[in-house]
Amino acid sequence: MTSDINKSFYDFISNGIPGPEQQAAAGNAILPARKEAFSRFRSLGLPTLKTEEWRYTNIQRYLKDAFTLAEEEQSTVTAEQLKGASIPKLDSYTAVLVNGRLQPSLSQLPADGKITISRISDAAGNASLQTWFDKHPHLQKQSFAALNAAFFADGLFIEAGVNASLDKPLHIIHVYTAAVNAFIQPRHLVVLHKSATLEIIETSVGLNEAAIAFVNSVTEVVLEENAELWHYNVQSTIKNSRHIYHTSALQKADSRYHHFNFTLPAAELTRNNLSVALTGSNTETNLHGLFLATEQQHVDNHTFVDHQVAHCNSNELYKGVLLDNAKGVFTGKIMVHQDAQKTNAFQQNNNLLMSEKANINSQPQLEIYADDVKCSHGFTVGRFSEEALFYLRSRGIGEEAAKTLMVNAFAFDITDQVHIPALQEFLSDKIRRYVTGAINN
Amino acid sequence: MLTIKNLHAEVDGKKILKGLNLEIKAGEMHAIMGPNGAGKSSLASVLAGRENYTVTEGEVIFDGKNLLDLSPEDRAREGLFLAFQYPVEIPGVSNLNFLKTALNEIRTYHNLPAMEAKEFLKLTKEKQQMMDFNANLMNRSLNEGFSGGEKKRNEVFQMAMLDPKFAILDETDSGLDIDALRIVANGVNKLRGADKAFMVITHYQRLLDYIVPDFVHVLADGVIVKTGNKDLALELEEKGYDWLKEDVHQKESV
Repeated sequence: MTSDINKSFYDFISNGIPGPEQQAAAGNAILPARKEAFSRFRSLGLPTLKTEEWRYTNIQRYLKDAFTLAEEEQSTVTAEQLKGASIPKLDSYTAVLVNGRLQPSLSQLPADGKITISRISDAAGNASLQTWFDKHPHLQKQSFAALNAAFFADGLFIEAGVNASLDKPLHIIHVYTAAVNAFIQPRHLVVLHKSATLEIIETSVGLNEAAIAFVNSVTEVVLEENAELWHYNVQSTIKNSRHIYHTSALQKADSRYHHFNFTLPAAELTRNNLSVALTGSNTETNLHGLFLATEQQHVDNHTFVDHQVAHCNSNELYKGVLLDNAKGVFTGKIMVHQDAQKTNAFQQNNNLLMSEKANINSQPQLEIYADDVKCSHGFTVGRFSEEALFYLRSRGIGEEAAKTLMVNAFAFDITDQVHIPALQEFLSDKIRRYVTGAINN
Repeated sequence: MLTIKNLHAEVDGKKILKGLNLEIKAGEMHAIMGPNGAGKSSLASVLAGRENYTVTEGEVIFDGKNLLDLSPEDRAREGLFLAFQYPVEIPGVSNLNFLKTALNEIRTYHNLPAMEAKEFLKLTKEKQQMMDFNANLMNRSLNEGFSGGEKKRNEVFQMAMLDPKFAILDETDSGLDIDALRIVANGVNKLRGADKAFMVITHYQRLLDYIVPDFVHVLADGVIVKTGNKDLALELEEKGYDWLKEDVHQKESV
C-alpha cells in the first residue's frame, strides 16, 4: 500500500526506470539478489505514517521533490572541499568516496595484502561479496534497504583477512554532491574474517546547497569469530541533504562490535536504522549514540539488537540534545530469543531539550522470550535549567560558554568512550560550534 | 564602591524592594538582617542580575558603572560575586573545569590571556588550602551530591578563586554546623581587604561573632529601616524585629 503523495516516487521507481539489470552492477553473481530485492521493494511499498517503524517520521514530505537516480561520476573534488570532513591531527589511512564511489587518487589506502579496500563494483568476483551481499536478516523487511539493493550504483568493499589488522584507523570520507536533486544510493560491505581487527571512522560532507541530495545508504558488516570492529560514524553535512542510513551488523561467536553514531547539524532529515544480529555466543556489542539537532532538523534513530543465542552482552547508550525547533526520535528494540539464555542487554536513552519548541519521542522496546537474562532499558528527558544557566553566568561565564559547558557535560558519557583523541577533539569542537551557532540564530 | 539609590524591584508583578538606599565603600563589611520576606535575598538577586526580577525605579552604581545595565556575566566580570543561598547542582560539569572556564571568561573580558594550566593548578591548590576545602570535591561534578555544608564551602572557595571586589553572601551560614560556620567565616575574613567590600545576608547574630561587620542594616518590607554597628545585631537577637516594624508603621502614619 502506498499513499497518493508517495505514488509519484513509488511509480517512478517501479515503472519509470529500467530494472536492476540495466543499472551499473557489481557483476552478474549478485544480479538475482538485486532482482529479488526489487520485487521485495515493489511489494513492501514505501512507508507511511501508519507504518509502525515510521510513525514519528513523515518520510513522504521528504520524497515530494523530483529526484534523478542517474549518478554522475564526480571526480573533480578538491582537497579544499574535503576540509569539512577531515579531522585535524588524525593519523589515518583515508578512503574518499564521491557519491559512494571510491576515488583512489584522493585516498591513501593501506598497502596490506591481507586487507582489501575497493569499489564494490571491482569486487564482483569476490567470494565474500557473493556470500554476504544483502543477506542480513534485518534488511529484508525494509523497503529503503530493498530499494538500495536493487539500484545501488557503487560503494565500498572492505575485507580483512584472518588475523589482519591495521596500524592506524581507516578514515572514510563521504562526499555527496548533486547538480540536480538526486537520490544517491551507496552500498558498502565490510567483512572481517576470524580474529581480524579494524577501526573505521566515517565523516561526510555535502558540496552543493542548490540541489537536494537524498542519500539512501546501506552498510552491511560481518564479523567472523573473534573479530573486532570499532566503527565511528560522524554524520554532519549541509542543510539541503536527507539521509537514510542502514547499518546492519552480523556478529559471530566471540566477536566485538563497538559502534558510535554522531548525528550533528545540518541535514534536514537523518534516519538511522542500526541493527545487530548476534548469531554466535560470547559476543560483545556496544552502541553509543549522540545526536545534536538544531533549527528544523529531524533526527530519527532506530536501533535493534537481536540476541539469537546464549551468552551475549549488549550495551546501548543514546543521548540526544535538541535545540531550536529540532525533533528527535529514538526507538530502541532489544529482542532476546528463547535460546538466548544468560543474555546481558542494557539500553538507555537520555535527552536534553534546550528550547521550548524542541521535542523528542522515545520508545524503548524489550521483547524477552528467555527466562535467565539480565536486561534493562530506560529513558529520560530533561529540560535545560534556567537556574543552572544563571548560576554559571553569575560566575562570569557567558551564555554561549555556559550552554556549551552543559552540552559537553551531557555528552561526556559518549565522547569519553571515543578512544581516538583527535576524533574526540574534533567532536567537542563541532559540538561547541553548533551550540554556539544555535544561540546566535 | 557600590551605591544603591531608591531601588524599586518587583517579581511577577509583586513589589519587593520599595525604595532602598545603601552606600558601601571599599574595605567595608555590611550585614543585612531582617524578618522573613523582607526582601533580603531579592536584593541579592537584583544585584546579581537574576532575570525574573524587574527593576522599576532607581539605580545601582558599581565602581562608576551602571550595574543594572550589565548582563549577569558582565557583573561577575566587573568583580561582583554572589554566594548562593541554594547553590545549583550541575551534573557532568566538573568543579575544576567550571572554575577554569569562569576564570578564563573573566580574563578574556579584561583582555588577559587564558591562564596556563600550571598556573591554574597552583592557584587552585593555594585557595583550596586557604579555604580548607576538600580537594576530593574539586574533580567531582559541580555540587552534585555535595552535603549542604560542602555546597556552602564550595561557594566560598569559588569566591576565593575568582577574587571579586564586592561579594554578597546570601545566608551562607544557614544549614551550617558550628565548625563549618567557623571555617566559612575564617575563609571570608582571609579575603577581606582595603580594596574589597562585602554584603553578608543573615538571619542570625551568630555569624557576626566571626565576621565582624562595620555596619548592620535591618531590611523590612523592601526598605532599610535601621542602620547601626555590630551592637544592633545583638539588640535584634534579644528583641526580635517587631519593635522596628512598629517604628516604621509610626513613621508612615505621621
